[in-house]
Amino acid sequence: MPPKTATTTEPRPGAGGQSSSTREMFYNEALNEALRLEMERDERVIVIGEDIAEHGGAFQVTAGLLDRFGPTRIRQTPISEIGIVGAAVGAALTGLRPIVELMYVDFSGLAMDQIVNQAAQNRFMFGGQARVPMVLRTQGGSGRGNAAQHSKSLEAWFAHVAGLKLVMPATPADAKGLLTAAIRDDNPVIFLEHKLLYRTKGAVPEGEHVVPLGQADIKREGTDLTIVTWSREVLFALEAAATLADQGIAAEVVDVRTLVPLDKARILASVRKTHRVLVVHEAIKRGGYGAEIAAMIAEEAFDELDAPPKRLAGLDTPIPYAQHLEKSVVPQAGDIVAAAKELVG
Amino acid sequence: MTIDRATALELYRVMRTIRSFEERSTQLFGENKIWGTIHSYAGEEAIAAGVCAHLRDDDWITSTHRGHGHCIAKGADLGKMFAELLGRETGYCRGRGGSMHIADTSKGNLGANGIVGGGIPIATGAALTAQQLGTDQLAVSFFGDGAANQGTFHESLNLAAIWKLPVIYVCENNQYAESLPVKRAFAVEDIAVRASGYGMPGLRVDGRDVRKVHEAAGEAVGRARSGKGPTLLVADSYRHEGHYYGDPRKYQSKDEIEGWRKRFDPIADARAWIVADRLAGEADLEAIDRGVAQEIDRAVAWAEQGPPASPIKLPEDVYAT
Repeated sequence: MPPKTATTTEPRPGAGGQSSSTREMFYNEALNEALRLEMERDERVIVIGEDIAEHGGAFQVTAGLLDRFGPTRIRQTPISEIGIVGAAVGAALTGLRPIVELMYVDFSGLAMDQIVNQAAQNRFMFGGQARVPMVLRTQGGSGRGNAAQHSKSLEAWFAHVAGLKLVMPATPADAKGLLTAAIRDDNPVIFLEHKLLYRTKGAVPEGEHVVPLGQADIKREGTDLTIVTWSREVLFALEAAATLADQGIAAEVVDVRTLVPLDKARILASVRKTHRVLVVHEAIKRGGYGAEIAAMIAEEAFDELDAPPKRLAGLDTPIPYAQHLEKSVVPQAGDIVAAAKELVG
Repeated sequence: MTIDRATALELYRVMRTIRSFEERSTQLFGENKIWGTIHSYAGEEAIAAGVCAHLRDDDWITSTHRGHGHCIAKGADLGKMFAELLGRETGYCRGRGGSMHIADTSKGNLGANGIVGGGIPIATGAALTAQQLGTDQLAVSFFGDGAANQGTFHESLNLAAIWKLPVIYVCENNQYAESLPVKRAFAVEDIAVRASGYGMPGLRVDGRDVRKVHEAAGEAVGRARSGKGPTLLVADSYRHEGHYYGDPRKYQSKDEIEGWRKRFDPIADARAWIVADRLAGEADLEAIDRGVAQEIDRAVAWAEQGPPASPIKLPEDVYAT
């Protein structure tokens, strides 16, 4: 419901549309830029979460925003996950466009009722009377020795809830463009970052940069097999594709980018070209989103396949602590190379 | 505590409407016209009526699974409510929500809620909107004694207190969280004492006396509108019916149920003091009763004429476009 009192201004149109010039930026800097630009554009956008003010967020995504926007729009909270997410739901229902920062996706269990039973379903339950324009930013993944309670990949939880959108950017440019689109979306968007991507660099367009939700991206073209993946595994898949190319195998890497809505058309088009598909993700294999994609391909393009769809995913274990153990449970570039050769061979 | 004739009669009318709505809903459920489950608010009418009398259409409420009373007191259309219970396209939620999820955003009702304590942080967030945009709107969260033991209660009251949000937490202590009596759910006798732990005022009122609810709510609304922050208002009450329609009520004695229903009837009490204080006569009250009965009849008739909710557009309602 829009606010009854006309104290807000409608967002200004973006300055000049999509920009062509780019700079090298870290992933967390690109996210920070998206937040800053959207907060400048629309005063209804606020950020709410733990350690986001002076500290700048656990991964420095909100660094500097307190000085720019002040403590009511960079609203730092006590450690109260369900209180924070619920307040964001209420704020979104009544006219703000809140962005929640949950420090780790592993903490979403503390807030799950507000995510699943409230944010995701309010619009439907109320027969379309409500909009819940909120973004829940959080990060997951292993690789920093944070062990089982701070390293999971939980996208399948959210993908299974009607009413949520689900975004997992792999590159700094996509991080900026997808976060911008998520903030402007009128639905609750789960925006999953990866803790080992924050200090990766890439070219990021200056100024307004929007990557529409629901569009996969071909990160590398190839003809021999399709690797469908997302988040940090995109980087591993690109590394693997380079190795495979040296061995005469041309792998196409499809970065799903948004799991919900899923760009089935682009995935299927790639499969029709290569006739072999490997789905790769860091989350554990059992019940993982890779199964959804593999099943979708089998249902819609079975006759195009020269081999059964193959999944390469995390072991069905919690994430262990020790560095060598941690690496052993999630797919690395070498694992992708091996799986691809098996599929093509 | 003085109350004028117009206010007294309006409070009585709202309470009478809620009771009649619940009586008719129960009847329709018994006739197998209502699907799923319903939770009657009978006995607790003074709380919704007394609080909502202070609210404007642009103030927000969050409600509970026992939400018909809040919805009516916030100004809902009875026909659209019945239509929702009957699964019609003309219902508030076009048959998607039912009794436990009726919302009326045009009147600031952010919805009944099937999760105990689920609405408490949502009302807190609505109050955050008012503060952030600098309006003088406020939010009220209605919830039961059961919800006061959920984590959302603790986290939300703390957030509202540190931010001085314009929100009122109305705890309807109807003596039972489903089947669990309050004596076995709280080590304190007075739930309102919890407010001091958050640094906000805690008020406890006799929830059968709409005058007292109205007065306490007025105080809390004044605090919220003037930027002085949240209030916890605990209203002692009694649920006339079971937790849900058909509840065998094995956790209560017949003596208790019959005795408390008589001792705890805000509508009968209101009739008595309205007449004793010469604010109106029996004839005036009977006229209100007749008017309410006609309104209920019209609402049900209208609802029953509505077409069944269509499944065709269900997928389109999941996401806003």
